[in-house]
Amino acid sequence: MNPATVILACIAVPVVGALLVMLTDRRPNLRESVTLLSAATLFALVLSLHRGVAAGARPEVLVAEMMPGLSIAFAVEPLGMLFALVASFLWIVTSVYSIGYMRGHHETNQTRFYACFALALASTMGVAFAGNLLTLFIFYEVLTLSTYPLVIHAGTDEARRAGRLYLGLLLGTSIAFLLVAIIWTWSATGTLDFTPGGIVRGSVPDSAVAILLVLYVFGVGKAAVMPFHRWLPAAMVAPTPVSALLHAVAVVKAGVFTILKITVYVFGLDVVRQAATSEWLQYAAAATIVLASLVALTRDNLKARLAYSTVSQLSYIVLGAMLATTGSIVGGGLHLVAHAFGKITLFFCAGAIAVASHKTEVSQMRGIGRAMPVTTFAFFVGSLSVIGLPPLGGLWGKWYLALGALEADQAIMVAVLMVSSLLNIAYLMPIPFRGFFAGRENARDGAPDDRGAGILEAPLTCLVAISASALASVALFLFPDPVFDLLRQLVTP
Amino acid sequence: MIAGHLPVLLVVLPLMAAPVCVLLRRPAWAWTVAALASWGAFVAAIGLLLQVLDGGPISYPIGGWAAPWGIEYRLDMAGAFVAVIVSAIGAIVVPYARASIEREVAADRIYLFYCMYLLCLAGLLGITATGDAFNLFVFLEIASLSSYVMIALAQDRRALTAAYRYLIMGTIGATFYLIGVGLMYMMTGTLNMADLALRLPAVAETRTILAALAFLTVGICLKLALFPLHLWLPNAYTYAPSAVSAFLAATATKVAVYVLIRVYFTIFANVDVFETMFLREVLMALAVLAMLSASAIAVFQTNIKRMLAYSSLAQIGYMVLGINFATLTGLTGGIIHLFNHALMKGALFMAVGCVVFRLQAANLDTIEGLGRRMPATMAAFVVGGLSLIGVPLTVGFVSKWTLVLAAIELNMWSIVVAIVGSSLLAIAYVWRVVEISFFKPTPEGAPAIAEAPLSMLIPTWLLAGACLWFGIDASTTLSVARASAAFLLGGAP
Repeated sequence: MNPATVILACIAVPVVGALLVMLTDRRPNLRESVTLLSAATLFALVLSLHRGVAAGARPEVLVAEMMPGLSIAFAVEPLGMLFALVASFLWIVTSVYSIGYMRGHHETNQTRFYACFALALASTMGVAFAGNLLTLFIFYEVLTLSTYPLVIHAGTDEARRAGRLYLGLLLGTSIAFLLVAIIWTWSATGTLDFTPGGIVRGSVPDSAVAILLVLYVFGVGKAAVMPFHRWLPAAMVAPTPVSALLHAVAVVKAGVFTILKITVYVFGLDVVRQAATSEWLQYAAAATIVLASLVALTRDNLKARLAYSTVSQLSYIVLGAMLATTGSIVGGGLHLVAHAFGKITLFFCAGAIAVASHKTEVSQMRGIGRAMPVTTFAFFVGSLSVIGLPPLGGLWGKWYLALGALEADQAIMVAVLMVSSLLNIAYLMPIPFRGFFAGRENARDGAPDDRGAGILEAPLTCLVAISASALASVALFLFPDPVFDLLRQLVTP
Repeated sequence: MIAGHLPVLLVVLPLMAAPVCVLLRRPAWAWTVAALASWGAFVAAIGLLLQVLDGGPISYPIGGWAAPWGIEYRLDMAGAFVAVIVSAIGAIVVPYARASIEREVAADRIYLFYCMYLLCLAGLLGITATGDAFNLFVFLEIASLSSYVMIALAQDRRALTAAYRYLIMGTIGATFYLIGVGLMYMMTGTLNMADLALRLPAVAETRTILAALAFLTVGICLKLALFPLHLWLPNAYTYAPSAVSAFLAATATKVAVYVLIRVYFTIFANVDVFETMFLREVLMALAVLAMLSASAIAVFQTNIKRMLAYSSLAQIGYMVLGINFATLTGLTGGIIHLFNHALMKGALFMAVGCVVFRLQAANLDTIEGLGRRMPATMAAFVVGGLSLIGVPLTVGFVSKWTLVLAAIELNMWSIVVAIVGSSLLAIAYVWRVVEISFFKPTPEGAPAIAEAPLSMLIPTWLLAGACLWFGIDASTTLSVARASAAFLLGGAP
């Protein structure tokens, strides 16, 4: 197949998968096979594009001209390649996990769940491969709409309220800021194509660049820069596989991916560096990093804690984009990948604990490690990666972000990163430690010690998925070169 | 031979078919006549648009009497485009109306409905075809009087007061228009629009012409229900039979907008109307007020037809805004929105009509869980609703894009904010319906109902499908709208 066909197939395969899922409504085993098959096919397709892109090819395909001069078009470049690889690989892992989780948890409406999941992946591929801002915006919105039914899956009043917040904030920011910024860019430059080195140079006055940058950063609500972050903790009412793949990987990473992409291909690094507002936006990102970590400390619900942790970690990448140095962009890209693997592991573990023991609060989890050793150990591994300690992939992202901050003479940002790492330790590490080491003697007030009683390890498919993503974090530490090679193409044209 | 007489056939066909309906009496026969006439008019309109695209404006002297003495029919791009919109909606509404009207209008009056519908269609098409200011008034009255009757035909007795209110306000509007035309005749001695355009500049500064302009503006704004002259509209649309709401919402106000365009850009082509008497400022302010206040009111409606009626008021604001920009992009935006809004509001009112057909009422509390019981109907509603919000891949996005672009080109940032604000409100009122119908469980003891009959579903989905089709490939519609705008502004054809 030629690359153009492959790109279109990457969008089409999940869509067809969603349709087949709906058709196989009454036969769950067949339905899940369809999901797994689509996920595997998608990953194989994405992988087949990698070799060419790594060698410098930029396959393109024009789908349709929507308005004169404005078209729906795809073009694969290194950053999108990386994002698509991560998302499609983790879709396989999550699908395996979902089977155990959804059945173990006796969830209803599973067909709608799997169908919307596949549609969300199709839109993620659209975002990753978008060749211009218009295409990116279209799939960005489709992603919001296709994940909405997943967020309110439970159908309770709480879920519906969360859904409203989700839709309101994501659609609202995108229409109010992002769309306006895109139309402004179009009006000023006459093009929306992603071009290495940017398109605004020379045609947009400095003051407008400064405002545009703010509109873009806050318009991409999926990047969850405060104060537009509330949708993410709210979205945690969704089933855990959704929180894992969509609200730790696909949706939120689509947000920071968009910001990185706009930084590199719409503005260009030096334009961002010289923009009057980029330093201000760095501080906004830094504030989000620290504040969200502090909030995470106060959350007892494990998924809520992880959600705030995600808010904080996403802003690392926004910070990387706004620093706009070679190191910080590479660091942002590395962190995008490493955090995806680390955080999805954590969410998988949280879901496994919920399925096996029905515990959702951190304070209930003492001693859980003895009943669920694999899960708890994987949680420990994932935590180390998110914190950024060796021997895990999370190290590289933080390392390069710090280098990038020094390059930009922003030593204070290095301090922010370090403080945040300490906070990460404070809110993540207690969970595996209590799980393994807190014993009977710590149980107070005569509460029945339910440590291990009646709790078994999570379903096998969940364990397989958890181990796969945890191992991937280790692999990323040992073999980061393929990721580096792609990212280096971004900063050395 | 026939091709040369298309401009008059367009009007004469439905006009002559109307009395035939009365003679035939039998509902099925009346319906057949109405369907044939509507489709004939649609074919004629398409033929005219093709002729205009090919060879420029068409002039057709009625009865062979040349222009200053006889009545001239004159179709340029804008007129032909609106004629296509009106006749297309008519051709789609008639098949839909068969089942819907049978349920909502007393059996012995059904032939009257089709007669009135044909008269209304003839009036609306006449307005688009005529080149004579007084003849336009005649058609305006034909269309209005027949629509009062159509509204009053509903079995809900509140429709009578709604129709009566519409009658009073509509007649004032028409009278004002006539006064305006009379004053212009007094000063120029002609009723032909092209002649008026030539002779008005010489007397433009006189108080008489200023008064004429004021009467024309207020009269037409009453007809198109510009805030705060909109009081007749919400009740009229709410209590009219569903097929009538769909037809009027998609055509009547659109044609009134077209009359406004005609007056400003053809009759007053050589006078800078927007600079006189603060017209630009006043209309701009009213349009913005309409967009924001009507959307805000829509959020609080529980009757879905009434909610859509208020949403129409807001959308009319967009169109007036586009006209008011008086730039190429702005006028293009106004005209394209005229087309796009006809599609989406037609689809929405028809979807609600399907609900009324099964449930007798469409209120927020009766549609709980309806998404499961009438999935095709409610899916069409979602498509129309997303268009109202302006989500990409729907026609609403194209309109919004063009209008925001026009505002940015003129550096009118407050208008950008208003457009965006109105879209955000649209999310709120559309999503209430979506959430309740799809994500609330069906209440206990709800009547078991089937999907609407195919004769209603297919027309609904034709329009909903068009919302998507022309949202993805807007090149054709945009280029026609742009060419119309360019012609009206006196630039290239």
